[in-house]
Amino acid sequence: MSAYIREDDHIRASVDWVIILLYLGMVLAGWFSIYASSYQFDSGVTMFDLSGRAGKQLVFFGFSAVVAFIILKLDSNIFDVFAYFIYAFFIGLLILTIFIAKDIKGSRSWIVITDSINIQSAEFAKFAVALALARFMNRYNFKLMTFKNLSAIAGLIILPMLLIFLQKETGSALVYTAFVLMLYREGLPGMVLVSGLCAIAFFVIGLRFSDVELGFVSLGELLSIIIMILISACLVFNYKKDRHAAKYIILGLIGILGLTYILSLFIPVPWGIAIAVAIVALITYLLVLARKHWSMRYVYIVLFVIGGIAYVSSVDYVFTKALQPHQQKRILVSLGMKDDPSGAGYNVNQSKIAIGSGGLLGKGFLHGTQTKLKYVPEQDTDFIFCTVGEERGFVGSVIVVLGFLVLILRLIYLSERQKNTFGRVYGYCVAAIFLFHLTINIGMVIGLTPVIGIPLPFFSYGGSSLLGFTILLFIFLRIDMTRKRR
Amino acid sequence: MASTNKFNFEKRKYVIGGAATIIVLILVTQLFALQILSSDYKDSADGNAFYNKTLYPARGTIFDRKDRLLVYNRPTYDIVYIPREVQPFDTLDFCNILGITREELDKRFADVKNKTLNPGYSTYTMQTLMTQLELHEYGLFQEKSYKFPGFYIQNRALRQYNYLNGAQVLGYVAEVNKNMIKNDDYYVRGDYAGRSGVESSYENLLRGEKGVEILLRDAHGRIQGHYENGKHDVAPVSGRNLKLSIDIDLQAYGEYLMQGKRGSIVMIEPATGEIVCMVTAPTYDPSILLGRDFGKNYLTLANDPDKPLLNRAIQGVYPPGSTFKTTQGLIFLQEGIIQPSTMYSCARGYPPGGGRPKCHGHGSPLPLEPAIATSCNSYFCYGLNAMLSNRKKYKNILEAFDRWKDDLVKMGFGYKLDVDLPSEMRGFIPNSAYYSKNFKTENWYPQNVISIAIGQGEVLATPLQVANLAATIANRGYYYKPHVVKEVQDTVLDAKYTTPNYTGVEEKHYVNIVEGMAKAVTGGTCRGTNLLPEIEVCGKTGTAQNSHGKDHSIFMGFAPKNEPKVAIFVVVENGEWGATFGVPIGRLMFQKYLKGEIRPGDKPIEDRIAHAIVHAKSATAWGAGKAKANNETKPATPTENRNSTN
Repeated sequence: MSAYIREDDHIRASVDWVIILLYLGMVLAGWFSIYASSYQFDSGVTMFDLSGRAGKQLVFFGFSAVVAFIILKLDSNIFDVFAYFIYAFFIGLLILTIFIAKDIKGSRSWIVITDSINIQSAEFAKFAVALALARFMNRYNFKLMTFKNLSAIAGLIILPMLLIFLQKETGSALVYTAFVLMLYREGLPGMVLVSGLCAIAFFVIGLRFSDVELGFVSLGELLSIIIMILISACLVFNYKKDRHAAKYIILGLIGILGLTYILSLFIPVPWGIAIAVAIVALITYLLVLARKHWSMRYVYIVLFVIGGIAYVSSVDYVFTKALQPHQQKRILVSLGMKDDPSGAGYNVNQSKIAIGSGGLLGKGFLHGTQTKLKYVPEQDTDFIFCTVGEERGFVGSVIVVLGFLVLILRLIYLSERQKNTFGRVYGYCVAAIFLFHLTINIGMVIGLTPVIGIPLPFFSYGGSSLLGFTILLFIFLRIDMTRKRR
Repeated sequence: MASTNKFNFEKRKYVIGGAATIIVLILVTQLFALQILSSDYKDSADGNAFYNKTLYPARGTIFDRKDRLLVYNRPTYDIVYIPREVQPFDTLDFCNILGITREELDKRFADVKNKTLNPGYSTYTMQTLMTQLELHEYGLFQEKSYKFPGFYIQNRALRQYNYLNGAQVLGYVAEVNKNMIKNDDYYVRGDYAGRSGVESSYENLLRGEKGVEILLRDAHGRIQGHYENGKHDVAPVSGRNLKLSIDIDLQAYGEYLMQGKRGSIVMIEPATGEIVCMVTAPTYDPSILLGRDFGKNYLTLANDPDKPLLNRAIQGVYPPGSTFKTTQGLIFLQEGIIQPSTMYSCARGYPPGGGRPKCHGHGSPLPLEPAIATSCNSYFCYGLNAMLSNRKKYKNILEAFDRWKDDLVKMGFGYKLDVDLPSEMRGFIPNSAYYSKNFKTENWYPQNVISIAIGQGEVLATPLQVANLAATIANRGYYYKPHVVKEVQDTVLDAKYTTPNYTGVEEKHYVNIVEGMAKAVTGGTCRGTNLLPEIEVCGKTGTAQNSHGKDHSIFMGFAPKNEPKVAIFVVVENGEWGATFGVPIGRLMFQKYLKGEIRPGDKPIEDRIAHAIVHAKSATAWGAGKAKANNETKPATPTENRNSTN
């Protein structure tokens, strides 16, 4: 391997110290939090005691630091060169994991090497996929929006996702959806992102308000369709710069809804009929415009609307048929539709109590009661942020969250200054993964998103997680170091 | 085209960066809502993590006037649980260990959850399921407690009695009811409090102060240690010990004499107002109102027609009968209606010639002292008539009568004497308005009410009030409010028990009454209490007419005549003549208290009285037999307690 070590890129001069400092700060804060959350009253375990979790995390950090240093010393080209090999290796490892992993708490993601060393292969696959995507999109004259390329990219992403799903690690698998953000930067139409967001929004709204029946439609469906019509107006405005058409669509919608509302004051009006009238009117109008301007774009919008309606009306069905009962429960609890503080909502309820009890400044290091007394499950892994919230309060929590924001924005900034697509794509992948972990993990802990078990980077206890994120981040730092080369 | 696209795409960095910023803002907003805006989470956290373990103080113990331990504590165990932590468990096993049925268990759970019965119910806090487990049950449960998560054992103390006497004076301790919980923040469901006797009236001193241990508890309810090393813990404060003025030997002896009868003996030390014995018959064994048989035994006692739970000394009201004549003499003298030398003639009744009230054979006419000694009815009827008819002194009969009533009230009649026991009755002394209302006119005549002059008619008094009258006469004009507690540990007795109350009648008039009572013993109705030469007794018998059956036998007295040591009142329901029971019981009680033993020659009297059965049922009633058993080994010593005999 020594052949690949280059001396040109001097680390001290060219590495991005902002990210290094953020990284060190977070690992340190995480280390303290792990000690605090696994702290036992009356036990003499110190932060350095290897029998304790904090001590072990320190060892993991030591190992990660060595790996990070090696990465910074490697030739930057090897990532490009070996990207597919690395990808293939980790895909192989993921497949292997499914077969050799022991069942730990219903998950088959741990490769047991010795009693004390277990490896979670999914944590490492992320950087491998990111490298493969970067390599693939770095090809000369690469065009994203071709069927072939899109299919290949989708394949690269979906293959590890499927394997991780098979390991029953739904959370880790969902992380790969974050790559859409990178694809958006590389030219994926905003429509895809909007559709994705709409899918989530309609799903949430549809479920949340599914119990209010308004005559042929539920309130949730009505709201979803109204949003969809507004979006189609925006699309018309955005793609065809047709201000009048957009205006007519919105005015028409308001007119129909207003009329229905006034009518409903006197006679019972099924809102389903009103919304059906609105949809038919919209589609007719768009088709007329398509004919008039001879543009397929209007037809696409019509397809979007029809697809949306199909989606909205199937939300309930999908929810009850496609999801497992415990998943349904988690979603309902996080939507506030089910109160279940001892069951599915227990984790979230307890973690909210822990965080809420922290107040402005927190209870102080090692003075948290909720996390220490094990009210919060997974308190040093997925729910580690509870310890921060309880012991460091609002101020500490905001500092951590802002720290992640700075990291992500810095990653975007660094990505944009890369000279080639490889660096930029990889950088956006890293930023997207961190953003996804931040959103889902903290969102879950404070009760905004459903409980999806993924770690908080650098904070959650675990060697695989820390090493995986370290590698992910430092490969990008290594790539970034080359920018000064002539 | 491609270059413009590239340029456009680069702009998307703002969209992505903006999205990240918005997401973080949403997270910060939610953190703000959780940590700054809402205080609910702080409370929940405390409820979660802090387990406030109540430390129960030792209840104060109770001694008699000679420092013999009467009541103390014995450890017992309660089963408590935290509803939220309870997981499905083997109810059959649970019931078997505790010796209850499934239905009882379900009812107990339902009662705990019932907000009216248990206003403090919360799924987060300790709830009491069962109280007073015995040691072996505790052991069994402890052994299997791993099977019953959420259930805990709490150490408590149960009362234990060294003597089986004085049950109504001591009172009992029982679980607090919902009213007590509502009215006093100190109590929570499952707490114990005194419910009668001194246990109730001195509850606030006996109970002490609960302490609290603030423990940290993990999600499984396991105790992880003291919060901040116990800095905030509060140690319980033990209850104060009580020293009663009761002499338990005397009390036991009185109960022995009263077995098979209904009635009461009250003895007061005139110089202090201390009650040295307060016998009520029938009585019961105080130790049966303990533990888990409380409910059953309490019901039996409460339903007993002889009312053993009733403390007749303060809750029984009787016509005071002839003992009341002493008060009349005092009032007439003080009001100037008669002089000690004033003579009235008696011709076997008032009005003369066998009128009612009737009188019995004695010399006539006669002055006050012999009238007391022979218990002449007519004398006092003449006196009362003279007082109520006196228009020089009183404007009308109403004013005269109210004067009469006020004088009696000053002697301690008609109102509660404020004894330090709960549920005291006030007796009854009518006022003029009462009669005006009854007769529907204000123009009524002395003859209409004349029987009150001899303690009959409307007049009613508790044995304590008459005993207090005896003490007042012994003191020649004042009394201390009678009380059963002599000392409270680290506390000064209430001033009302150490301040003399003057009756407003001059001492010289009392001297006449004392002389009359002394004559009654030496040559009048009370010869049966003549204990000369050892003790110079003053006494007054009585026979309280009873429209429901045989008359009540009554005796009131004090001894010795000079520097009296003790005053007494005895009532034996349906015992007929004062001389039948009242007098001999008085004789024996005086000896017992003043000499500590009974004259050998009086043994037959003792046997006769103790074995006389007036109410057959009372003979087999609670405690009567046991009281005797306790008494046969007299003189009682501290070793004569249940522990040593068991």
